[in-house]
Amino acid sequence: MPDPDIRPNRLDKAEIDKNFADLHPPLSRSEALIEADRCYFCYDAPCTTACPTGIDIPSFIQKIRSDNIRGSAHTILSENIMGGMCARVCPTEVLCEEACVRNTHEDKPVEIGLLQRYATDPIFEDSTRLFERAEASTKRVAVVGGGPAGLSCAHRLAMLGHEVKVFNRDPRRGGLNEYGIAAYKAVDDFAQREVDYILSIGGIEYQDNVELGRDVSLASLREDYDAVFVGIGLAAVNDLGLDKEDMPGVENATDYIADLRQAEDKSTLPVGRNVVVIGGGMTAIDIAVQSKRLGAERVDLVYRRGPEQMSASKFEQRLAQTSGVTVHHWLHPKLLHGSDHVSAIEFDKDGQSVVLEADVVFKAIGQKLADEQLANELQGIEILNGKIVVDGDQATSLEGIWAGGDCVAGGDDLTVSAVQHGKIAAIAIDSYLGGEHG
Amino acid sequence: MADLISEFLGIRSPNPFWLASAPPTDKAYNVNRAFEAGWGGAVWKTLGEDPPIVNVSGPRYSAIHSNDRRVIGFNNIELITDRPLQTNLDEMRQIKRDWPDRALVASVMLPMNEETWAKYVPMIEDTGADAFELNFGCPHGMSERGMGAAVGQVPEYIQMVAEWCKKAASIPVIVKLTPNVTNIVPPAKAAKDGGADAVSLINTINSIMRVNYDTLTMFPTTDGMGTHGGYCGEAVKPIALNMVAEIARDHETRDIPISGIGGISDWRDAVDFLALGASNVQVCTAVMVYGFKIIDDLTDGLSTFLDDKGMTSVADLVGKAVPSVTDWQYLNLNYVEKAVIDQDLCIKCGRCHIVCEDTSHQAITNSVNGERRFEVIDEECVGCNLCASVCPVDSCITMTQVPNDLAPGNWTEHPNNPMRKSK
Repeated sequence: MPDPDIRPNRLDKAEIDKNFADLHPPLSRSEALIEADRCYFCYDAPCTTACPTGIDIPSFIQKIRSDNIRGSAHTILSENIMGGMCARVCPTEVLCEEACVRNTHEDKPVEIGLLQRYATDPIFEDSTRLFERAEASTKRVAVVGGGPAGLSCAHRLAMLGHEVKVFNRDPRRGGLNEYGIAAYKAVDDFAQREVDYILSIGGIEYQDNVELGRDVSLASLREDYDAVFVGIGLAAVNDLGLDKEDMPGVENATDYIADLRQAEDKSTLPVGRNVVVIGGGMTAIDIAVQSKRLGAERVDLVYRRGPEQMSASKFEQRLAQTSGVTVHHWLHPKLLHGSDHVSAIEFDKDGQSVVLEADVVFKAIGQKLADEQLANELQGIEILNGKIVVDGDQATSLEGIWAGGDCVAGGDDLTVSAVQHGKIAAIAIDSYLGGEHG
Repeated sequence: MADLISEFLGIRSPNPFWLASAPPTDKAYNVNRAFEAGWGGAVWKTLGEDPPIVNVSGPRYSAIHSNDRRVIGFNNIELITDRPLQTNLDEMRQIKRDWPDRALVASVMLPMNEETWAKYVPMIEDTGADAFELNFGCPHGMSERGMGAAVGQVPEYIQMVAEWCKKAASIPVIVKLTPNVTNIVPPAKAAKDGGADAVSLINTINSIMRVNYDTLTMFPTTDGMGTHGGYCGEAVKPIALNMVAEIARDHETRDIPISGIGGISDWRDAVDFLALGASNVQVCTAVMVYGFKIIDDLTDGLSTFLDDKGMTSVADLVGKAVPSVTDWQYLNLNYVEKAVIDQDLCIKCGRCHIVCEDTSHQAITNSVNGERRFEVIDEECVGCNLCASVCPVDSCITMTQVPNDLAPGNWTEHPNNPMRKSK
């Protein structure tokens, strides 16, 4: 059996830099004005309905059209404080842009995502202050989790006058925006700039390297704070359920994506010659495309069902294909080959065996709350299918605890949805705390 | 193919498209290029007395743009020719010699005394020009000196100067009218009474384009100060069409030939002017935006249109729509139309609903049985055409007649009209 071929420097740095440049370069002013002109300013606009955060899209585009960029950004960020990141990572083709009425008669929606980026980029570049805090409330809220849900909740609570402390598990800020997004979707350290902007409103203390269960407990937070928001994401990865799954070479896609985002020089990352990715969601696409762009010779993305069932959008699926990833459907993982390192993975396709050589196998079939979290910290909170149950106000079954983002049941694992959860929870918490903004 | 040969006041040109007196006809170089491109005629940039006027060296033009920088409206503060009279006359003579089949018209603006006109008119006519066009329309600069629109706004002056010119000229005289008046018919009548052979309209409309949002001064300026200019381009066409139609249908002016000017950019604009009573048309802004090449679409489009209509010449089209223009009081108040929305074409933008709801008659639904759906509520619809006007999809909303048994009836005999005529 040949040694696994996994090594850095498969491509030189210049080529890698090119491969990881901005996936959707920003619009110039002329491009933005022309695109903005395509918006029909619909009544009760379907795009706004389709946006999980309910951004008034026709209004923000109207403001771009009249060169009122700051007003446009305010319209966006007042509904979605992460409107900058969402402009980069939202699967717009299944959200606002899918709903755009221009699809009906010309099959080409307004480029809402790019326009949103056009309107918001200057705000983060210049740290333009758009939001003021309400009169101080004396109430203190703990936010567990420093990602999109937690930051959104913290920002809204701070706006409403409350004091917030965010407990962030990681050494860097931003949760999945910092660790979980494909590098070419958030270039130039945008995630950190966005966090800086969010925190600049004041009233938010943000502490890194604090893990729920290890450094703080939900019980103590409930005692010490007037309310608690839990936005801890999903720390554990779903297993394939195969023998030898802990064998070297079988890796979690999310870990590698995080390493990739944190790498100073991406050419130093070890990359397999043959990479097999198991999964059909955004994470699977992200790891497959990035592996290819790092220089993997062959990348196979394998999904157990068809293209219609993939949770990755059509755009993402096309991106994989145009990036040179071979996409397979209707293949069920059956057997891992290799003794001290994976060498191949065998699939079942309608009773036939398909074997793909692999130096690395990435698991990207979803994440979950860790068993120990469920057994300890989250005990007493109603759980459904391994996720936290919340009501329409993002309240959990335990009084004084709200939750949002990927860790709650019924979600769609989108940044934009996490932001909306955080916003709804903050408004509900404010109401609970006697505020007048609920 | 329909013949586009045009005859205006006996002046033949291969097509009815002349370049209006303006920067594009400032000198032989430009006019040569225009004729090479196929333009039927040119009205030379307005001649004046020596010494020539002086133009500003700051911005003379500015534009109203769409977001993709398409020019919708255009403004200028350029004056008449700033070259010595003899230079212009020499070049005009040469142009007419080189292009005998094209119309060459001399636009003139002179001070208000008969001797001056008597002196210059024969000198200019000697170039071989086919006609004069008296510039009584220029609304900026020259009007401060008692010329241009300052003449065109006073019918008595129009008549007087037209008479002076006619007395000295043996070629036709066209009077170019200013739209900066409340009623265009008296100036047109004055031109006719002064013996003018035709009128041309419109000249530009007094205009200030906008302010500069940084300096909060008007825009554009010359060394910090600005002045109103003359507005033209697509945006002014409806104003021009109304004035042309008013002259074409007034019993006192309907027989005077009209050269139509104002925002003509494509052949359909020319059809508008011709059908509403102009015998030919003049173009300026469109060539200043795109160059002379647009003549190809103008001639080709018009010719194809005439073919489609079974017309063999431009003259067949002239005035066709004039009988359809009347006073409001004669409109049939018993005729009923209502909007019909083609649900197969509807893209569900909802614009028809919201404009009807907010600003009109609450006659369009936004949902039907819980579904996003826009339907006309016939009982509420007054047939105003707002929804069809704002709908972004061509032909999605149409106005359809609702037949009734009522005889035609207009305001003059309506019971609500206290001044009604008894039947």
